[in-house]
Amino acid sequence: MTTERTTSAPSLSAESPASRAIQITFAALLGVVVLGGVGFSHVSAAHNATHDVRHANAFPCH
Amino acid sequence: MSVFRTILFVAALSGIGTGLASAGLHLFTTVPLILQAETFEGAGEASPAEATAHEHAPGTAAHEHSHGEDEWAPADGFERNGLTVIFTVLTGFGFALLLVSASEIAGGLKGWHQGVLWGLAGFAVFTLAPGLGLPPELPAMPAADLDARQLWWVGTATATATGLALLVYGGSPLLAVLGVVLIVAPHAIGAPQPGSHDSPIPESLHHSFVVASIVASFMFWVLLGGLAGWLRPRLAQRAA
Repeated sequence: MTTERTTSAPSLSAESPASRAIQITFAALLGVVVLGGVGFSHVSAAHNATHDVRHANAFPCH
Repeated sequence: MSVFRTILFVAALSGIGTGLASAGLHLFTTVPLILQAETFEGAGEASPAEATAHEHAPGTAAHEHSHGEDEWAPADGFERNGLTVIFTVLTGFGFALLLVSASEIAGGLKGWHQGVLWGLAGFAVFTLAPGLGLPPELPAMPAADLDARQLWWVGTATATATGLALLVYGGSPLLAVLGVVLIVAPHAIGAPQPGSHDSPIPESLHHSFVVASIVASFMFWVLLGGLAGWLRPRLAQRAA
């Protein structure tokens, strides 16, 4: 996956574009899952636990 | 896996830091207004959706709702506010993952200043754009169907993010026009609205809440972007 390249900047560009794209996609999906659980879950107990956070952050609620 | 690891660490640290600061801010600004609004629940013409959705408040309010007895809800005070802190931190982590991931596509954040600009974009995408059609709302206020609002919210955030990316990185007038169209389109379609806006909540209370929520969100995004931008070069250097 990684090619030998010397870069002085901390740019992580040593990895292939495909590998980078997959890793970035997975990180973004993790973000979507976390936000889905906090802000969008229809489970009643989850709604009650996150209630004030949803209102305060203007996620659609009830 | 160094890109993933870098995103994860930058998002975790900036998200936790921003979440803790933001939770403190919310507990003193928006949360008291939410509690105040709950005293109006059941006072006005509650829609069926509200009557089943607001079962959290223990004491008098909870017993006015049909599902109040059999569903778990945190106790007011420490338990309820503790959950607010935890979930605000998780919200910070989630939004940080999206912000840092998106900025990695563009080459990665170079410093706090660039991070703040990305934070402002996040504020536009996740607060301003959805908030135009669906302003921050207090308990007991009338609202349209939840699924429809969630769909519009997600669609609006996605369209605004794509539109901003086309405007900034598109590089041609045609793509810029397409970006503007994408940003405007959700508002041309319009957010789902309730049949009636009659609400037991005083207009002044709602206005105070809208201002507090949006200002808190602005501070959240500036801090999140700034922290992520400051952390990213430092952590990327170690991971490389």
